[in-house]
Amino acid sequence: MKTALWNSPTDRYMNVITVENLTKKFGSFTAVDNISFEVGKGEIFGFLGANGAGKTTAMRMLCGLLKPTSGKGIVAGYDIRSESENVKASIGYMSQKFALYEDLKVWENIRLYAGIYGVPEKDIAPKTDELLKELGFEGEKETLVKSLPLGWRQKLAFSVSIFHEPKVVFLDEPTGGVDPVTRRQFWEMIYKASDKGITVFVTTHYMDEAEYCNRVSIMVDGRIDALDSPANLKKEFNATSMDEVFRKLARKSKNNEL
Amino acid sequence: MTLSGSNIKAVVCTDVCKSYEKVPALRNISFTVEQGEIFGVIGPDGAGKSTLFRVLTTLLLADSGTASVEGMNVVKGYKEIRKNVGYMPGRFSLYQDLTVEENLKIFATLFHTTIEENYYLIKDIYSQIEPFKTRRAGALSGGMKQKLALSCALIHKPSILFLDEPTTGIDPVSRKELWEMLRKLKSQGITIVVSTPYMDEASLCDRIALIRDGEFMKIDTPKGIISGFRKELWAVRGSNMSALIGHLREVDGVVTCFAFGDNHHITVDNTILTKEILRSRLEEKGHNEIIIEKIEAGIEDCFMELANR
Repeated sequence: MKTALWNSPTDRYMNVITVENLTKKFGSFTAVDNISFEVGKGEIFGFLGANGAGKTTAMRMLCGLLKPTSGKGIVAGYDIRSESENVKASIGYMSQKFALYEDLKVWENIRLYAGIYGVPEKDIAPKTDELLKELGFEGEKETLVKSLPLGWRQKLAFSVSIFHEPKVVFLDEPTGGVDPVTRRQFWEMIYKASDKGITVFVTTHYMDEAEYCNRVSIMVDGRIDALDSPANLKKEFNATSMDEVFRKLARKSKNNEL
Repeated sequence: MTLSGSNIKAVVCTDVCKSYEKVPALRNISFTVEQGEIFGVIGPDGAGKSTLFRVLTTLLLADSGTASVEGMNVVKGYKEIRKNVGYMPGRFSLYQDLTVEENLKIFATLFHTTIEENYYLIKDIYSQIEPFKTRRAGALSGGMKQKLALSCALIHKPSILFLDEPTTGIDPVSRKELWEMLRKLKSQGITIVVSTPYMDEASLCDRIALIRDGEFMKIDTPKGIISGFRKELWAVRGSNMSALIGHLREVDGVVTCFAFGDNHHITVDNTILTKEILRSRLEEKGHNEIIIEKIEAGIEDCFMELANR
């Protein structure tokens, strides 16, 4: 691993996420064990691992929601330990479980999140119309979110999470349970966001989706045991699919609590 | 009423409809499940899978149509059915503040049996979580919760199991383990009706139904569904996969185009498009390292093709 990156302003500019020896312990249990990696501007970075491997804990630290026990992290130019409020303001976040307020209308959700993230007042209305047009949702502006089909909701939630044009967006299993067509439309939206320069940090249990990432990391027992492009990982592990790579790696887990 | 009679179908469902207020959740669902079969109901969230499972496990009344499980009507015979089915709902619904062992004991007691009596049935599964039997169920990891829930659904030795999305949200390794357990239960003669949103699990079932918007689009063996895919299907790869999607859709003769892992899958009208023509079109757009192959469809290709009709 590189060591000098903290002193290099170029790296700090080019990398939207830089993590060095990041560790989180809960009592005697080490949930995240000394992980180091960088994610570049506009990169689609897949963050994989078995249940209980430490993904959620790592992600919560990167979002400024949890203080690391040791190690460093810089996200969107801010220190996750000392500048966590700035981190929160500079990122987008979306999860499968909670993303939008179901009893608010489509436009009200957009309005709410735009306000929270400090989008200038005069920009919100025109940007809302633009977004709804892009999604083909013009007719749904006044619809309650709970009456939208799940796939639509997830597409809307993603658009809302990048409405304030964050440097990086964290997606926690964004496509779970979504139908195959919408799942693919969702990934085309991710491609577009990445083309605009937004870094995408994503977890998924669909191994075919790992293939869409520029690079993929796989966590086992709190450590990052593999990190490379899907093509290189398949070569390295002599596997034909990411599913096979994942299974070969996860088998090494000492944690029997799967 | 005997369950061993091999002529009795495990499930017979005829024209079942169910709406929530005005929203139809199930539309004319008809199918049968044979004894000892693993029958998969495959489709996205909101397709109606859980509603169907709740009708079949006597927890919800259909608006119309009839259904029977092990030869017993889901309305008239609901008490008998409840004694004979194991049901694992989609949401973890054990007692979070009781221990692993206490949960199992409750289910055994409710069905007038003991853990010891049917231990052989759950041994493979339960022995993996037994070291944690004094831990509260709420403190288990996702994979362990599923194993406990499956043990609880099995402890009264049901003749048929209804598993509603047992693999949702669990990682690929635990998913594979769970399917291995289901194969073992099948070999012990238990019929299994299982739902999943993961299309890649279809091949692990004997027969599957593809469900969308409350309707079964098709019921067949996984092989039968794949051989029913009649379109010409190509996999295309290039150095810039993101731009490739849009450019493929612009080519005459490309009917549909979807990202599929490290390839894009396109259905084509091969009366006007050949691989050579496609290659030169893509090269004109600046693509290189282009690979085009004719491939056999997977279940997900079939699902999308059926959904498109």
